[in-house]
Amino acid sequence: MRWLRRNLVVIAGLATLVYSIAPNIVVIVFSFNDPAGKYNFEWDHFSTKAWTDPCGVAGMCDSVQLSFKIAILATVFATVLGTLVAFALARYRFRARGFVNSMIFLPMAMPEIVMAASIGMLFLSIGMEAGFTTILLAHITFCISFVVTAVKARVLGMDATLEEAAKDLYATPVQVFLRVTLPLAAPGIAAGAMLAFALSFDDFIITNFNAGPDTVTFPMYVWGASQRGTPPQINVIGSAMLIISVLVVLGSQLLGRRNRVKA
Amino acid sequence: MSATLAKAAPGPAAPEPERAGPDGSFAARAWAATVAAVRSVVRELRRMPYLLLLPGIGWLIFFFLIPLYYQAKMSVSSGSLEDNFTLTWSWGTFSHAWNLYDEHFLRSLYYAGAATVLCLILAYPLAYTIAFRAGRWRNLLLVLVIAPFFTSFLVRTLAWKTILSDHGTVVGFLNAVHITDVTANLGLTEGDRVLATPLAVVTGLTYNFLPFMILPLYASLERIDPRLHEAAQDLYASPAATFRRVTLPLSMPGVVGGTLLTFIPASGDYINAQLLGNPRETMVGNAIQARYLKVHDYPTAAALSFVLMAVILAIVTFYIRKAGTEDLV
Repeated sequence: MRWLRRNLVVIAGLATLVYSIAPNIVVIVFSFNDPAGKYNFEWDHFSTKAWTDPCGVAGMCDSVQLSFKIAILATVFATVLGTLVAFALARYRFRARGFVNSMIFLPMAMPEIVMAASIGMLFLSIGMEAGFTTILLAHITFCISFVVTAVKARVLGMDATLEEAAKDLYATPVQVFLRVTLPLAAPGIAAGAMLAFALSFDDFIITNFNAGPDTVTFPMYVWGASQRGTPPQINVIGSAMLIISVLVVLGSQLLGRRNRVKA
Repeated sequence: MSATLAKAAPGPAAPEPERAGPDGSFAARAWAATVAAVRSVVRELRRMPYLLLLPGIGWLIFFFLIPLYYQAKMSVSSGSLEDNFTLTWSWGTFSHAWNLYDEHFLRSLYYAGAATVLCLILAYPLAYTIAFRAGRWRNLLLVLVIAPFFTSFLVRTLAWKTILSDHGTVVGFLNAVHITDVTANLGLTEGDRVLATPLAVVTGLTYNFLPFMILPLYASLERIDPRLHEAAQDLYASPAATFRRVTLPLSMPGVVGGTLLTFIPASGDYINAQLLGNPRETMVGNAIQARYLKVHDYPTAAALSFVLMAVILAIVTFYIRKAGTEDLV
């Protein structure tokens, strides 16, 4: 009884963890389902059909490819633009600071649908047809703020004396930047880029408002499937994403540990 | 080598008179050059932040700020997709939209509020466990917290259709212990179903935004020095008093950040209401989506989106003032 009282918080915490992981487990389990009807919501019988033929449903693998393409491009642009802003905010004093801060904060402090609808209305008003470009432009826009936040936190936490030391040792400003500043900021930039990639790849609301009929990203595909029938292949993609991401996280943790040991 | 030496040799003697010269031309020139150099460096430094800011902020002005202007303009325009929209200052769109969708609006705030409170209740014990009780399992637990992010949001939301299905274990259990009777009386469920009810939507919203509550809570709890807990206990504080007077106040930044990060996206969401809810009881996001994408009634969509934005910004501003956490970014 005393044990229970002492560990009540841990039990409640683990219960929350179960609640937040249960859908992932369902996704994985149901990737091995062979559903009786069009929808993959109730268990019928075990099958590896979806895993051996992941592209067996029309259009799905194309949608994954499109999502990758958009996410990679959006990540590159947003990371460059966001990193520059983050350096300006972390390293310099300037007058328009309040304005810049609110330009970074506001996109995150608004429901996604507001940005989705308003940027759609810009494209509509200037007569730009919805499609690949409009999705990409919109994705870059909402990713910038997240990159700025991640990089700024890292740059503010960096030890400025290291750069001063490099200058004292006659490093040119370019050398200081390339060989001291950039490597130190790299984890923040990488975190921002990973966040941007994940957000863009999985974005639905902004894509829904700015996609054309031929630009079906993976989330758009799933949305359509939820109305006309969900093949288990969707779960295969979901499970594969989870496995790949877990491997990336574990890999980066191992790498971090090794670097720490070296240092 | 010898040539340079030879050249340099008379050096010290030659400039001497110039430097000491009454017109001070060399010193003046050197001084002027130094001042100019310092000035240009200062100017460069001053210009540097603007150069760094220009691409990113310019982008946001063009693709974030200007669209808000277009949205405002659209909300008081009239016309149709075929023969264009023109600015007619028709404010009637707002009252029309409100009369049509006031219930959707209030339902959104109610669902998002309920999901936020549930997130806080669920997230706090887990964040606390990770921060103080996990020991060497801490990193693993953190990975498990963000693991849901790694699978597509929509695929995971669809999984709730399986979990909450009418013949599933969860609903079977809830029926067996008569919890569905209680929730049905509260108007949260209908009959012995959970799917297509408000409870299902709130469950989905809570689930989808839970990590946004856990992570800020964890970040603020983790910063608390465990010795403060020991000190409180040494001063005969009960565990409850320690929590109420030490832990909770110190974790307030996380509570404020987490509630905003869950409430804001939940209030504008339309995915959970569409996939898990009842089509007769949707949220304002569904209304905007339908007006915009299905019937191309852009003015109404713009008006609804504008009001949603204004309400959220008002709530956020009020809340941050009240909670006193100014530095959220």
